Amino acid sequence: MIGTLDPKIPPGPLAQKWRSHRDHSRLVSPNNRRKFDIIVVGSGLAGGSAAATLGELGYRVKCFCFQDSARRAHSIAAQGGINAAKNYQNDGDSVYRLFHDTIKGGDFRSREANVYRLAEISNNIIDQCVAQGVPFAREYGGLLANRSFGGAQVSRTFYARGQTGQQLLLGCYQALCRQIARDTVRMFPQTEMLDLVIVDGQAKGIITRSLCSGKIDRHAADAVVLATGGYGNVFYLSTNARGCNVTATYRAYKRGALFANPAFTQIHPTCIPVSGEHQSKLTLMSESLRNDGRVWVPKRKEDRDKPPGEIPEQERDYYLERKYPSYGNLAPRDISSRAAKEVCDEGRGVGPGGRGVYLDFADAIKRLGEDTIRERYGNLFEVYEKITGENAYKVPMRIYPAVHYTMGGLWVDYDLMSNVPGLFVIGEANFSDHGANRLGASALMQGLADGYFILPNTLPNYLASQMGKRPSPDFPEFENAENEVRARIERLLTVNGTRSLDSFHRELGVLLWDQCGMSRHEKGLRESLQKIPELREQFWRDVRVLGSDEDFNQSLERAGRVADFLEFAELMCMDALERDESAGAHFREEHQTADGEALRDDEHHAAVFAWEFQGNGQPPKLHREPLRFETVHLTQRSYK
Amino acid sequence: MNFKLKIWRQTNAQTPGKLVDYDVRDISPHTSFLEMLDILNEQLLGRGEEPIAFDSDCREGICGTCALTVNGEAHGPDHPGAVCELYMRKFRDGATITIEPFRVGAFPIVKDLVIDRSPLDRIVQAGGFISARAGSAPEANSILIPKHDADLAMEAAACIGCGACAAACPNGSAMLFTAAKVSHLSLLPQGYPERESRVLKMVRVMDAEGFGNCTNTYECEAVCPAEISASFIAKLNREYARARLRKSAGE
Ligand SMILES: Cc1cc2nc3c(=O)[nH]c(=O)nc-3n(C[C@H](O)[C@H](O)[C@H](O)COP(=O)(O)OP(=O)(O)OC[C@H]3O[C@@H](n4cnc5c(N)ncnc54)[C@H](O)[C@@H]3O)c2cc1C
Ligand code: SF4
Ligand code: FES
Repeated sequence: MIGTLDPKIPPGPLAQKWRSHRDHSRLVSPNNRRKFDIIVVGSGLAGGSAAATLGELGYRVKCFCFQDSARRAHSIAAQGGINAAKNYQNDGDSVYRLFHDTIKGGDFRSREANVYRLAEISNNIIDQCVAQGVPFAREYGGLLANRSFGGAQVSRTFYARGQTGQQLLLGCYQALCRQIARDTVRMFPQTEMLDLVIVDGQAKGIITRSLCSGKIDRHAADAVVLATGGYGNVFYLSTNARGCNVTATYRAYKRGALFANPAFTQIHPTCIPVSGEHQSKLTLMSESLRNDGRVWVPKRKEDRDKPPGEIPEQERDYYLERKYPSYGNLAPRDISSRAAKEVCDEGRGVGPGGRGVYLDFADAIKRLGEDTIRERYGNLFEVYEKITGENAYKVPMRIYPAVHYTMGGLWVDYDLMSNVPGLFVIGEANFSDHGANRLGASALMQGLADGYFILPNTLPNYLASQMGKRPSPDFPEFENAENEVRARIERLLTVNGTRSLDSFHRELGVLLWDQCGMSRHEKGLRESLQKIPELREQFWRDVRVLGSDEDFNQSLERAGRVADFLEFAELMCMDALERDESAGAHFREEHQTADGEALRDDEHHAAVFAWEFQGNGQPPKLHREPLRFETVHLTQRSYK
Repeated sequence: MNFKLKIWRQTNAQTPGKLVDYDVRDISPHTSFLEMLDILNEQLLGRGEEPIAFDSDCREGICGTCALTVNGEAHGPDHPGAVCELYMRKFRDGATITIEPFRVGAFPIVKDLVIDRSPLDRIVQAGGFISARAGSAPEANSILIPKHDADLAMEAAACIGCGACAAACPNGSAMLFTAAKVSHLSLLPQGYPERESRVLKMVRVMDAEGFGNCTNTYECEAVCPAEISASFIAKLNREYARARLRKSAGE
């Protein structure tokens, strides 16, 4: 049985929906707000901004993160910038254009109403961040500066050097610190949410474990907000921080929240390749390098171990320029990533393991001089040298695609509430705005839109009917959830097998990367759906986790996350199999045009796929939310 | 490459710790320092010994989580950079490497190489912010900020909150950290309204948290992965003196 989901999109013309929705939403009066306890899990851009804003409004907020400080959430690592439709450059930008670029960039797999609201709010975000003291780049006249980014023909990206995420997050963190000092927010660092508690069908609390003392606690609340980030680390290697995980959203899924589009994962084309089997993470190199670097591999695979300087011009294959003459080295993220994989699959990849392509600046240096290149990309060349020990002014850089962002996440309606009443999901953790592919500089925008502006306006819609309904943490629902958490920890510590956590996680990562990464096909996905349960079974038979549950135990902490990845991976593959079309970052080999481009099937698949947990060992149930496009035209992308 | 490691092991804040010897072999020079520790931990696990606790997250020098003293230097020998950006090729084959936590009176040891840096959060909570309610901000370009000031504020704001400055300081002072935040916010016009109260409160909490005094040795600047300039300490001192003066003048 396949049900249909209602996103509760407000009526009226697209541009008026958000205003009219706010006009008609329910409110909680200022002196009633302190009667509501709100749990916010996550202190990144989404969670940090939400917790600070809700605290400021007068709610009693508890905010949780697993790092030792709220300021270290993974948002800190974002580099490039944040979009807004200010049109400060007078180059024809507008709210509509930002909306349209985002919908099209997402290959028409997101909701018009949500994306339009995001574009509208983008401008308020910049105002808010400037007021907080975020030191955005400026022009000599003192006005804000912009740069351009992929997927847009206007210059609308605001930035703070290469550290935009850091500065935006510190803005949130400082706002959060102010509320902590005012006692409206209680911060729980190094505290991991391990389960969601549902009472009478509504999300009313969580179970946590202190990563320092091992203490398990129950927290009851009137509503729960998850802002726990993306799940890119399911692939083991990604550009995400080591701690990023799927536990919070996956636990919520197991309690009944729908997981939407889990197969939509973004792979970034320009990262430093894997150098050895012990590599723990991948580092992103800004896409801007492709403005001056030329991508190539040797024509013959016998040449792949030769020093690049000894391979003459006529023996090189500048494959992006060859295949996409009009876009060349600037072909979009998904296309460039797939092309790199293809040449490496043919055995022509360079560097250790044959998984790399050259990004060569020799021509640009000849044309513009080394100084100009240093001025444009000096810091990136330094990072590259630190990691690889190679001087990219002398030898070409080696790059390879890496997992970067996850568009999928828990399903939410227009109010950012999941199908479980009282459970709200914001930031990368939800599925909402990026469809099948996210444009650069729009994740930061979404996280802050959700936290500063949307959630504070939609949460009262739910809370208004919840006065006095907060359950006591002594309720049996809390006790049951706590017992389950304890039993699981106990089980992890008593397997006492022979294999390390990382060995399982790496194996899972390789499997997913091969079969559910840059390109997917039915046979591979079916095989993975066989192999993942086997690997999981092996994990529970043979993993070795040492130490105790009563103190600081990093192995135990990771063990729970890897165990969840081992289940979640199956859901990803199922979704990838079910989505029998290519769309954005989801490339099914069976569905491509004659020249290898992604081929959507709008007739059958212009929908959000949302999965409902049906019990361990049972196949989940699929719900579809049809996507209706009333404003934009669905078109086929082409980059030839 | 092979290395002899001497690593600080300590069960918790209450029990005394000690340096323990370990050997690691066949390490590729392209391995990062933290990956080398990952490899060691896998070996320990194989032998049934509890892995060494150490903290990290982004592993690219921006989150400020990693915090190790390597051969007596906070973040190790490859400045500027956090220890997660350190690679084994920077060491001699066969070298002996001593690895300890950041040693700062105000940062108790949680376990092995992991420390408690919550005092830094409390310094920011004391006043390291600009009060700006969501929804009340004016149009962004209505606030003009000279590029020079914005750039300088950015230099100060780049602090990653790692605490290496305090670890390198012979007095265990957190002046560079505090100075960076005070400077960032007082260089911007948005930060003016709370300028005096901010610096007074932040310095008061910094002292109360048990950090030592600054005696201008500038060891902090030398190890800072974000290259925060010690000149911001002078700026903090000026801001503090100015705030005291205005306060005593009853403004
Ligand atoms: C290298 C890199 C560069 C990027 N650059 C850009 C860019 O230039 N522009 C752009 O728009 N986007 C960029 N992105 C994407 C963007 O950074 C992220 O999508 C965004 O920051 C996510 O924010 P978030 O608040 O949703 O989650 P996060 O910042 O990941 O925060 C998650 C929070 O949840 C907490 N948490 C998670 N699980 C639990 C649990 N079980 N219990 C308790 N707490 C938990 C964590 O502690 C953390 O506080 C980049 C991403 C990467 C990896
Ligand atoms: S000032 Fe430098 S050393 Fe001190 S906390 Fe900030 S980044 Fe770390
Ligand atoms: S782990 Fe993030 S700075 Fe080192």
